Amino acid sequence: MKRFFRRFIEKFIEGIFFLSSSVTTLTVLLIVVFLFREGMGVFNKTPIEEGFAIALNKNNSVKEISSLDMKNIFDQNITNWKTLGGNNDSIILFRIDDISNYFTDEQLGDSLQYVPKCISSLVDSLTGIIAFIPEKYIDKHFAGRKLPMDKISVGKFLSGKEWFPTAQPASQLGVLPLILGTLWVSLMAILIALPLGLATAIYMAEIASEKVRRILKPLIELLAGIPSVVYGFFGLIVIVPLIQKVFDLPVGETGLAGSIVLGIMALPTIITISEDAIRTTPRAMKEASLALGANKWQTIARVIIPYSMSGITAAAILGIGRAIGETMAVLMVTGNAAVIPHTILEPVRTIPATIAAELGEAPQGGLHYEALFALGCILFILTMATNLLVEYISKKRKYNKQ
Amino acid sequence: MKIRTHQVNLYYSDFHALKGITMEISANTVTALIGPSGCGKSTFLRVFNRMNDLIDGVKITGDIFIDGQEIYDRKTNIDDLRKNVGMVFQKPNPFPKSIFENVAYGLRVNGINDKKFIEERVERSLHQSALWDEVKDKMKKSAFELSGGQQQRLCIARALAIEPSIILMDEPASALDPISTAKIEELIYELKKNYTIIIVTHNMQQAGRVSDKTGFFYLGELIEYDDTKIIFTNPKNPRTQNYITGRFG
Repeated sequence: MKRFFRRFIEKFIEGIFFLSSSVTTLTVLLIVVFLFREGMGVFNKTPIEEGFAIALNKNNSVKEISSLDMKNIFDQNITNWKTLGGNNDSIILFRIDDISNYFTDEQLGDSLQYVPKCISSLVDSLTGIIAFIPEKYIDKHFAGRKLPMDKISVGKFLSGKEWFPTAQPASQLGVLPLILGTLWVSLMAILIALPLGLATAIYMAEIASEKVRRILKPLIELLAGIPSVVYGFFGLIVIVPLIQKVFDLPVGETGLAGSIVLGIMALPTIITISEDAIRTTPRAMKEASLALGANKWQTIARVIIPYSMSGITAAAILGIGRAIGETMAVLMVTGNAAVIPHTILEPVRTIPATIAAELGEAPQGGLHYEALFALGCILFILTMATNLLVEYISKKRKYNKQ
Repeated sequence: MKIRTHQVNLYYSDFHALKGITMEISANTVTALIGPSGCGKSTFLRVFNRMNDLIDGVKITGDIFIDGQEIYDRKTNIDDLRKNVGMVFQKPNPFPKSIFENVAYGLRVNGINDKKFIEERVERSLHQSALWDEVKDKMKKSAFELSGGQQQRLCIARALAIEPSIILMDEPASALDPISTAKIEELIYELKKNYTIIIVTHNMQQAGRVSDKTGFFYLGELIEYDDTKIIFTNPKNPRTQNYITGRFG
């Protein structure tokens, strides 16, 4: 009886463990599937707001207009159809609100029942018109030509240089500035953090006395425990004004500010992982070097660092991974201008900061909303790639060192 | 006398590891240090290239002269000392570098950059350690691709490349198979012509085969030090007798 009871308990605990691991796996899968399902929706849509259409005069020879050209037309940067390969005819913009400039209330009818007819005749009479109108006003007697819009393609999404998802009439969904901003800030962060972190790791592993190490180590671990919003606050109050002053800039919120804050945040990761790697250098290896008359520094430079190189690389990549995904601190200090940065002293905008800043104002299920999820997918792929790279490098290390 | 020690005491913090060791070693001989585990023979070996300095809390008293020079003197440059006193470790410990770079390492850290000189010296060292024929076609390959015995001979070549006058060997064959061991022993016999060798070994037969003189250590003391022949056939101290005949150890 007692034995049966014990077996039952064992089975029960086993069951709980199995359940928790399956729940975890399922949750992870669910999140990924959710992310991609929401994100991929963006490639099923046109950049024109749902329920709206673009119409041209039927004699207009322009066959299609890219979303960027569309923006330029409505921003009046393009004013003649010739620019787009059409007739030499100036462009007349027409939004639905403009209808009262052309027709009286009487002509439109009491309950606006004549609006479709009015628009139809207007589009027919003005050869240079481009009309941005609700689709419901286009009936089967429509005299103009409804412009077919291409769906957003993955290539255009990734290579587009304009991020302006709320632009009318066509959303500008080019994520290149955001991807570049993210990589730019992250790589600079590592360039700042790696020398500093590596020096600290070498100092702690090889040079510092046990006493110093015992003070330093918890301090560095403390650095990892500070909430990122505090880092952002620190960056905003200390680093941003400092950069503004030192480089004499109109604003201090720049990519450099983000890189410095991220660099500080990546330090604990870099220090702990590379210190561990340095400590795995076998004593025999160090002794062999010293026994050949090499001094401490030569031993560090020629034996210890090459030996722990893969660990140090892994530390750097994990640091980048952390920097890529970091949201709050970056959002607070980088200035968030969605333009391709040319120098480190310009405002940049990263992917996570974009998602955090814009998701609140994007209507669920809309184009903007789905575009943000697609950004999330890109971020996911970036961080997963860094993790896979780390795994590959540490596997290689095991192979190399038997 | 190549090496002379007088009343050497060594402490690991509180532990008295070497007790008043006095010993004289002449040039171009092989001296074997034998004794049970923990008797201090490896510690004593590491006195000669000051490898014990790396361990916290080590204190040494007494005099150690190499070529008439007190090596624990304030004026002694440790790096120079270690260039003169090469060391081969118990387990082969090549660097994670190519075979060539392993041997060239000692030269490079000593500031030698002449490519031709390094190539010549590497080849000569590999000839001396009887490894040249086995590796001459794969100098660029990783040292880890060699077998254990080859790695140990590579480590010997590495030590020889900086032309020391003394070579310390800390159980150099204990991690190797019998054939590799035989090769190393042969090598020791050859190297004796140009170098003074001190070898720590657990293997009594090995001590008998390769050494001219043998010192028996027990609990941090040098119990007996004499010609190898005498130690193995007619030891004066009963404790040496007991150890040699395998009654303890």
